[in-house]
Amino acid sequence: MTDPIIAKGTLWTVIILLGLGSFGLRFVFLGLIGDRPMPDWLMRHLRYTAVAVLPGLVAPLVVWPNATDGVLDLPRLAAALTTLTVGYFTKNVLAAIFSGAGVLYLLLYLMG
Amino acid sequence: MTVTTTKSVYWKGVRDGAPFIFVVAPFALLFGVVATEAGLNVWETLAFSVVVIAGAAQFTALQLMQENAPTVIVLASALAVNLRMAMYSASLTPHLGATPIWQRALAAYMMVDQSYACSVLAYERNHDWTPAQKMAFYFGAVTPVIPVWYAMTATGALIGSSMPAGLALDFAVPITFIAMIAPALRTLAHKAAAVASVVLALSFVFVPFNLGLIIAGIGGMMVGAQVELWMTRRAQA
Repeated sequence: MTDPIIAKGTLWTVIILLGLGSFGLRFVFLGLIGDRPMPDWLMRHLRYTAVAVLPGLVAPLVVWPNATDGVLDLPRLAAALTTLTVGYFTKNVLAAIFSGAGVLYLLLYLMG
Repeated sequence: MTVTTTKSVYWKGVRDGAPFIFVVAPFALLFGVVATEAGLNVWETLAFSVVVIAGAAQFTALQLMQENAPTVIVLASALAVNLRMAMYSASLTPHLGATPIWQRALAAYMMVDQSYACSVLAYERNHDWTPAQKMAFYFGAVTPVIPVWYAMTATGALIGSSMPAGLALDFAVPITFIAMIAPALRTLAHKAAAVASVVLALSFVFVPFNLGLIIAGIGGMMVGAQVELWMTRRAQA
């Protein structure tokens, strides 16, 4: 596996613009628009931003992990499913992370 | 009747916000470690956390930069993850809109999931608070959390450079994200949005410049919104 190096120029561009953009999103209504309500259709789409973007980011990383050069890997798949199941039923983020990491390390160890 | 002073409301906010230290600290630590693994030095990692203060968006940006995605895609994806902040901003406005602009700007900079949630719940319980008192509570709620976010990022970055290889840290980001998504799958609409996002991301993985993720994000949002409309209509029928 090659270890990609992030170019310094890119890194600082992303840090600064992401900082400005995030501040903009946080400030837009509180600071600028004030008390006016937003249209329903917009609120309805905004409600699903996190659950629409993060699964799409994660899915390829689970199915084609970087560490195995894109070959489906049982320990990583099992860890992902364990994290999902524990997180869904307990609603506890940290419990889900520790369960997933536990399964990952256990299977990596057993499969040597 | 007890007299509620602005100062006592601030300390109430500090007490209500304090438990979130245990949620924020591990995330900040993990970001520090993962960023160092990606080749960032301690100052770059700390600057990232100080300038952006948004764990999920920071992990997203880091992951995509490692995949050599174009900067525009990195920014669009990470900002999409942060779009919920605009929703928080809108729902805080009726409570905090009457406070001085510099306070609102500071509140915006420090807006995180936990401070938002605990403030809105406190405002619903305390209708008699003035805007100044509501702002005092908000600043109280972020007081324990933000310094911990900075400090633990720096700690993670310092530890990260001495972490041994073979810890399978490549999988820290997927596990963290799945753990954040799972409890958020509250309704059928949320689940449908997530499933659509996964299917679209895997189907469009061949699209260059990581544009598949943008397609998955927009598609997932539309599916979520449509399912919500459908559920509402069904409930009314």
